[in-house]
Amino acid sequence: MIEIRGLTKDYGRIRAVDNLHLKIERGEIFGLLGPNGAGKTTTIRMLTMLTRPTAGEAYIAGYEVRRDLARVRGEIGVVPQHINLDQELTARENLELHGRLYKMPPAERRRRIEELLAFVELDGRADELVSTFSGGMKRRLMIARALMHRPRVLFLDEPTAGLDPQTRRRMWDLVRQMNRDGVTVLLTTHYIEEAEALCHRVGIMHQGRLIALGTPAELKERVGRYVVESLNGGQTAYTLFATREEALVFAGSLRDGVVIRETSLEDVFVQLTGRRVGD
Amino acid sequence: MDCYTVFWREMLVFKRTFWKFLSARLVSPVLYLVAFGWGLGRSIRTDGGSYLDFVVPGIIALSAMTVSFNATGIPLNMSRLYHKTLEEYLIAPVGSFSFVLGKVLAGTVRGLVGALVILVLGLLFGARPEVGVWFFAVVFLTCFLFAALGVVAAMTVPSHEDMANFSTFVILPMAFLCGTFFRADVLPEVVADIICVLPLTHTSYALRSLAGGTGLPLISVFVLLAYAAAFLGIAVWIVRRAR
Repeated sequence: MIEIRGLTKDYGRIRAVDNLHLKIERGEIFGLLGPNGAGKTTTIRMLTMLTRPTAGEAYIAGYEVRRDLARVRGEIGVVPQHINLDQELTARENLELHGRLYKMPPAERRRRIEELLAFVELDGRADELVSTFSGGMKRRLMIARALMHRPRVLFLDEPTAGLDPQTRRRMWDLVRQMNRDGVTVLLTTHYIEEAEALCHRVGIMHQGRLIALGTPAELKERVGRYVVESLNGGQTAYTLFATREEALVFAGSLRDGVVIRETSLEDVFVQLTGRRVGD
Repeated sequence: MDCYTVFWREMLVFKRTFWKFLSARLVSPVLYLVAFGWGLGRSIRTDGGSYLDFVVPGIIALSAMTVSFNATGIPLNMSRLYHKTLEEYLIAPVGSFSFVLGKVLAGTVRGLVGALVILVLGLLFGARPEVGVWFFAVVFLTCFLFAALGVVAAMTVPSHEDMANFSTFVILPMAFLCGTFFRADVLPEVVADIICVLPLTHTSYALRSLAGGTGLPLISVFVLLAYAAAFLGIAVWIVRRAR
């Protein structure tokens, strides 16, 4: 559904995205995981034609993003990181504007608006100005707006950044639900739990490069399924093992303050980069 | 059709904020009319008529310019740099020309309302201009060209502050010098020549000529048309380059 070949973006002398190759299948929820500044947003901006790539090409639903601009526009929905709703309009008017911009016939527009307002549970506030909405409501409305014209591919850039845990879970449910309805999803996140909970496959980005790719389970398998956390001169040391038995033996050799747990994607990231995602 | 969608959104907001817009547009014209029409202008005779009759077309011209320029420029600049709502249009399957035309027409409507406010106030203050179809055509053209200039400025300046600077360096001098409050030909020749090239000079000249019953100066209309076409073209080119 999405195919990226050698996508590269330079900002002056800084290489934000470095020769990215990636294939995302129809019906997948794919997550780009990495710290801030890893190049995730730049990648999405290039795929949604808001930023011109320095080199490389990208195909969405078979159309090259730059050459077949007009065709790609109708196939994609975009939920950016920042709130870019029209705050001077109501929720319904935001959807109406979007529907008109995408040339939906009036009857279908009206039907779709009702359907989506119910989907994101904003039907009770449909005719209020967006400027009166909470952060979570605005995010949900952005999702509804992006889905309005029935795109086959949806881009979500940090969809839950700054949301409370409860709202975040609701957003995850929404993403899963639209995915079940057949939408291919590419999302970026710097939340480990989000990638684990939501994504079929994850690509880990670091300094503009894709450094690992696979299902969360595969990635964990690769570095070792169990981790032993131990205190070492005031610092926590992480040692990874393929089996629980090996981890137990190692833990037994240490004195106190030892924790054995299953590996998380965070550990994968640390192993691959020597840093934590939050750094 | 796309152009209408862009326009539709602007009119939706315009209807909602109409009374606020109208009352805000009343303040400065009233001040101009009091200061230059009643205060300063009482003792001046120009072109054989009262100064009020002279100055009302000038104030209509300057209002048409500032209102339409600000009506497109400021919100568009905000939407590009701050609210980021411009992205929604840039991603959508909407032609750059349609987008610009929709925005410009919406700015023109606001400019026309602004000009109408002055006309009504001018009449209340006792001015008696002759107002016909051509008078409105010239006002329309003026609003259109400055709304297009507003798009150009909004899409190019790097910050909100520079939007204000653009206004100060480009719009404000025209508001005072382009034959709005006095005839530009009384200025030193070099200055007068420069001013003669500026679009607003032709608006004031044409409006005054029409209001005074001396007919339509075709050259001024052509100059305004040329500016309108050029600014519209540049605006479309800039938006196309941005996506």
